[in-house]
Amino acid sequence: MDFIALAISAVKIVGLVFLVIMPMVAYAVWAERRVSALIQDRVGPNRVGFQGLLQPVADGLKFILKEDFTPKNVRTGYYWLAPALTMVPALLTCAVLPFGSQLFGEPMVIANLNAGPLFIFAIASLSVYGIVLAGWASNSKYPFLGGVRSTSQMISYEISLGLSIIPVLMILGDLNLGRMVQDQSVNGWLMLPLWGDRFSLKGLLLLVPVVISFVVFTVSMFAETNRLPFDLPECETELVAGYHTEYSSMKFALFFLGEYAAMIIGSGLAVTLFFGGWSLPFGWLSWDGKADLPWWQGLIHMATFFGKVVVFILFFIWVRWSLPRFRFDQLMRLGLVFFFEIAVINIILTAGIMMLVK
Amino acid sequence: MSTTTIHEIEAPDSAAKALLAGQLAADQGHFQPMEDLVGEKMILNMGPSHPATHGVLRVVLEMDGEVISKATPDVGFLHRGDEKIAENMQYNQFVPYTDRLDYLAPLANNVAYALAVEKLMGWELPARGKAIRVLCCEIARISAHLLGLGAFAMDVGAMTVFLYTFTQREYIYNLCEQLTGARFTTSYTRVGGQIRDLPEGFVGALAKFCDQFLPALEEVDKLLTRNKIFLDRCKDVGIISREQAIAWGLSGPNLRGSGVDHDLRKAVPYLDYELYDFEVPVGEHGDSFDRYLVRMEEMRQSVHILRQVIKTLPDGPINVVDAKNRLPGKEKVLMKMEELIHHFILVTEGLDAPAGEVYFAAENPKGELGFYINSRGGGVPYRLKIRSPSFVNLSILPEILPGHLMSDVVAVLGSLDFVMGECDR
Repeated sequence: MDFIALAISAVKIVGLVFLVIMPMVAYAVWAERRVSALIQDRVGPNRVGFQGLLQPVADGLKFILKEDFTPKNVRTGYYWLAPALTMVPALLTCAVLPFGSQLFGEPMVIANLNAGPLFIFAIASLSVYGIVLAGWASNSKYPFLGGVRSTSQMISYEISLGLSIIPVLMILGDLNLGRMVQDQSVNGWLMLPLWGDRFSLKGLLLLVPVVISFVVFTVSMFAETNRLPFDLPECETELVAGYHTEYSSMKFALFFLGEYAAMIIGSGLAVTLFFGGWSLPFGWLSWDGKADLPWWQGLIHMATFFGKVVVFILFFIWVRWSLPRFRFDQLMRLGLVFFFEIAVINIILTAGIMMLVK
Repeated sequence: MSTTTIHEIEAPDSAAKALLAGQLAADQGHFQPMEDLVGEKMILNMGPSHPATHGVLRVVLEMDGEVISKATPDVGFLHRGDEKIAENMQYNQFVPYTDRLDYLAPLANNVAYALAVEKLMGWELPARGKAIRVLCCEIARISAHLLGLGAFAMDVGAMTVFLYTFTQREYIYNLCEQLTGARFTTSYTRVGGQIRDLPEGFVGALAKFCDQFLPALEEVDKLLTRNKIFLDRCKDVGIISREQAIAWGLSGPNLRGSGVDHDLRKAVPYLDYELYDFEVPVGEHGDSFDRYLVRMEEMRQSVHILRQVIKTLPDGPINVVDAKNRLPGKEKVLMKMEELIHHFILVTEGLDAPAGEVYFAAENPKGELGFYINSRGGGVPYRLKIRSPSFVNLSILPEILPGHLMSDVVAVLGSLDFVMGECDR
């Protein structure tokens, strides 16, 4: 093993997780509170620092200083394991996300896997264990119900989540997320085929299945991250706080952060698959992965990626504060009957268009 | 023996025990292993402190998975003995206690109570006094329905609606403050009138509120009424048939949501309600959604009434003139002997109510709020019974909840729109 390559990899991991993802999680919480306040004609937290920008620090401090209480009759091992199991998969999945093009000759992705989406789904499906274990180990009825709900919800929506991106994989013909973005950078985003090869009859026709698959993907993403209107595992007004009712202090914070981390990774994946990842629209500063890029261009690409992710997070927040919550049976019907079928039909539609239109 | 222990842990208190009683009797005190473990039922204790029970209602649910097989409401956590307290104080002293019945519409409670005692006294208010009371009732109705609507929306997950309605309630509280000096516990009426006339600029402020309220209500309407998720959550949930509604003595929007056209303001007009033109919205299916629609429409009708009152507000006295039973004005008390004596007697002994019994019910936001007064003469009631609509409305829970999912409980509770302060009184 090359020591330098390892060191660079470590720098990338630490840099991405602790300098980018964690602050983004913290500020996603802040944004959630400020944007929801904006939506609801309130002010929101604006006391700690300028415009409340230090609020995440205060929140974090508070979580650390709170008593870490373990109720009496919990199954301690699982009870302690559950928060970690929620947080870890959320962070692991960011390994294959290309968050930039290239910086100083280094590809801006931690692990350049040739099976990126598969890796993400494999790891993301582990996060359900955190919730199930939390619900079960708490030895309490409300968390139990939340855990049971989330099991069926997350497993069902994983099906449509996986099926929904198959059209994308078919069109791009690649499983490497980095190359998928490069392709979109040169040939036009899947959701905006207005330049390059995709600005053709076939590309525009393919927009139909792509939009369908984007909608299915986004909805399933909401369900996977337990965000309203799909926040049934925790749904505040019925199950008090769902699976994390019995948790306090930093363990609760881990669930909280895990949810937001999952949301950020989900946004990142949606951006990568449908909106050309780090690439700018209309082929500006496009990069096909061959020549080395100047460093400023790499920085612009990174900024573009995170800018798009922020837009997505704002969308998540907007939806959350606008819609009521589904009922459990309605949610399952929607996932297993409606979205599952749409996703399957969509695959056939994509294949048909790709076969027939030259 | 072991059975008893398990059940004691499961159901440590009387209400939950009662649920298990049947099962225990079948076991005859002996431990019998459950043959069908899949069919084991879970007792879920919802409340008394639970986000969806709006205060301290407790519902003991027997659940088969997520489906409810039995529901037992358990009330009384907010019991303060208001009826007993009333027996130990003069009629006017009880007015502040009525604030705390349906604390979302204290003005309407004040009016209903004052009207009940006035019925005992055989008084009728002058026209302006009545008009002011109509204003109070309708303001209170809007305020209470707004909170009911917001809490209902929040229960099914639409948090934003709740805060929109609270913005409007804030304006209403400002009006209340202008009118009574208090935002929440208004204590505005006295037996035989109001404590003061409408303050300067109040009518203008009220008209302005009405003008901006309807567009704000439309906004909420747009967020909810045709929202597919909201419809899915409310339609065909918690259906109360016409017959059931009548049999269980429901009143108010819950009764009208089931298609019964009964509104005390129309059926037994008081406060000259017959002078005002308004419609009584009536539901069709009796589900949660119909109750929601009825409340929405009632708010619009209330605004309609408010505008008519503003337009036709008569001049003149606001209080009953009865020197022996109404406190004279301060300027007279300080200057004249007769009035000073009246004042002294009224404050120390209370008004001189005739013996007898009366029942007066007013159409409050939650339904029929009735006061039964049994008087043996003098300034203190012998017995005062409060017929609280929330209490009666909640009694239908065991009837409609079984068969629903856990999530429907919050939709049903939200649509029944109860207040525990009134229920437990």
